[in-house]
Amino acid sequence: MRFVDEFRDPALASALVKEIGAIAARLERGRDRPFAIMEVCGGHTHAIFRYGLEGLLPDLVEFVHGPGCPVCVLPMGRVDDCVAIAERPEVIFTTFGDAMRVPGSKKSLLQAKADGADVRMVYSPLDALTLAKRNPGREVVFFGLGFETTMPSTALTVQRALREGVTNFSLFCNHITIIPTLRALLEQPDLGIDGFIGPGHVSMVIGTAPYRFIAEEFGRPLVVSGFEPIDLLQSLLMVLRQIEAGDARIENQYARVVPEHGNPAALRAVQEVYEPRETFEWRGLGSIAGSGVRLTAPYAAFDAEKRFSVPDVKVADPAQCRCGEVLTGAAKPWACPEFGKGCTPETPLGALMVSSEGSCAAYYQYGGIRGEAA
Amino acid sequence: MTQKIVTLAHGGGGSAMRDLIDDVFLSAFSGAGRAAPEDQARFDLAALMARGDRLAFTTDGFVVDPLFFPGGDIGKLAVCGTVNDLAVGGATPVALSCAIIIEEGLEVDTLRRVVHSMAETAHAAGVDIATGDTKVVARGACDKLFITTTGIGVIRAGLDVGVTKARPGDRVIVNGLLGDHGAAILNARGDLALDTAIASDCAPLNGLIDTLIAAAPGLRMMRDATRGGIAAVVNELAEASRVGVRLDELSLPMRPEVMGFCEILGLDPLYLANEGKILAVVPAGETEAALAALRAHPLGREAAVIGEVTAERPGRVVMRTRFGGERIVDMLVGDQLPRIC
Repeated sequence: MRFVDEFRDPALASALVKEIGAIAARLERGRDRPFAIMEVCGGHTHAIFRYGLEGLLPDLVEFVHGPGCPVCVLPMGRVDDCVAIAERPEVIFTTFGDAMRVPGSKKSLLQAKADGADVRMVYSPLDALTLAKRNPGREVVFFGLGFETTMPSTALTVQRALREGVTNFSLFCNHITIIPTLRALLEQPDLGIDGFIGPGHVSMVIGTAPYRFIAEEFGRPLVVSGFEPIDLLQSLLMVLRQIEAGDARIENQYARVVPEHGNPAALRAVQEVYEPRETFEWRGLGSIAGSGVRLTAPYAAFDAEKRFSVPDVKVADPAQCRCGEVLTGAAKPWACPEFGKGCTPETPLGALMVSSEGSCAAYYQYGGIRGEAA
Repeated sequence: MTQKIVTLAHGGGGSAMRDLIDDVFLSAFSGAGRAAPEDQARFDLAALMARGDRLAFTTDGFVVDPLFFPGGDIGKLAVCGTVNDLAVGGATPVALSCAIIIEEGLEVDTLRRVVHSMAETAHAAGVDIATGDTKVVARGACDKLFITTTGIGVIRAGLDVGVTKARPGDRVIVNGLLGDHGAAILNARGDLALDTAIASDCAPLNGLIDTLIAAAPGLRMMRDATRGGIAAVVNELAEASRVGVRLDELSLPMRPEVMGFCEILGLDPLYLANEGKILAVVPAGETEAALAALRAHPLGREAAVIGEVTAERPGRVVMRTRFGGERIVDMLVGDQLPRIC
């Protein structure tokens, strides 16, 4: 495939791996633990496993899989709210496919669909708007989910709904933002993360400037990366070079896609349609101030939370799950007592086992070469 | 028959049903015992026994949506699916039954197209559609048209292929490009707005399998890699034969369009369904002969060795990625795509 094969070139990959190994060898003296580099984005996690990158790294370098999979950090109570809306007879509930299997406290959207709720998988929020126009007698709700990557497309859809006077469309907004989340992560005591690989698609929208605090306040390097294996290896090398030089800067490996100041049109739509919530709950991490968004006053009529009364009950994660520790890199998936036993992709207890971008599912499915799943 | 729409009366057992069966089915299925319309097909045992020493018997239901797609339709699929399930067991397919459940309101012309396609495919595969049944259900009780085909075949004497027979050192072969059917169906649903011309690989494989059996007498096993794709079959064989399998990503034959399609949608092509692909395991010494035989057949031109059977990690499938990494290939969890066959 043109424009893809170049980023999967084995010769280039092995040259990068060799260089990573050389830096690791130089840094090894006096080091009692591996350098932990967190890839924040679920898409990166998936690529690392899919291409078997972990097995190529020297022992002194390890990836830590961060909280950047929006499906994985969806709290159980919000899934319960989705199910409550979806089970209303007048509602057609639309969602991206990977959110269908996230467990709520009683059932997932997939189970709600099997029980008779009208839940439909769509590929874009515009499909949901089209569905609303075709079904004027029904209420079509779109389950908005994701970081800044997906926020512009739902924002533009809500703007279009207002412009076109589509009154039977609404958004159940669960969008979350990356910067407050990274800050919350960095403020944790004893965070054993030496550097970051920054999310590519999010940065396409917000640019690279918002990450500066990571270097300036917390002294950690961050390299925004593309999603191909060569991108990831090159970004890792850039992070290690900074560590070797004692630097902490924000670099952009994905400059072919990510402009320094992001996408102004997308940011305008996001700023017009959304405003920060005081706080938003994350599965495994608890509440993080300013990390979620809701619709602004001019678009409040399209807010499904206002249109339908949702239970909005906080549901604790199963006590035996260690999702939070896995999300923050404090524990590996196989350290969780439920991993591969009570919690599998077919019967997930925690959301990290649901999405292909969740690190537990990735370890289970692809068996990290260093931590072979049972 | 003058009616344009199938009604409940067409399943009622009376003259309307007879008209439908005569006009749509019997005119197409030459083998359906027109001379003596009995409730069962009858076979001469001696003739069957002359072709082998065991009977193979299989059944499959078809509920694909949409009914027609690039490269095939539900009728072609219903014949190919059952013919291929017989053939991968080393059987020569002999005859099929065809049970059709129709939702009232279906256009007779649509039914005619499907039945014609079944007849054409059966003819190409050299099997008779020897008996059948028609039911019509109320609107909403099924989605347009469901088909069940059941088949019998005769297994060649001396041939014993099976999923438990893979041995370390054996080679894993496929007869061509992977993932076409799954991608074609998903694309044919029209809700992706992708402009690609991927067609299903739906085809009867018994002719191809005949040439493979002749070229590689030590053949261990064959499976058609339908739902769950190559990944499902390789995992089944690893588990059943208590062996490991090592796949090589660079060797997997795949259209660039299918690869691109998977990239866009975040699908893993290893799990995409095929309807004209077999995975075969042969002893290492017969690899070249098997490949040459497959490549000489129109349905095997792109045949490739995609991996080998190992003694390490029994029950596990490991793939060497295109630049030297390793990853586990597990069974598909859940459902990548609903109603693909």
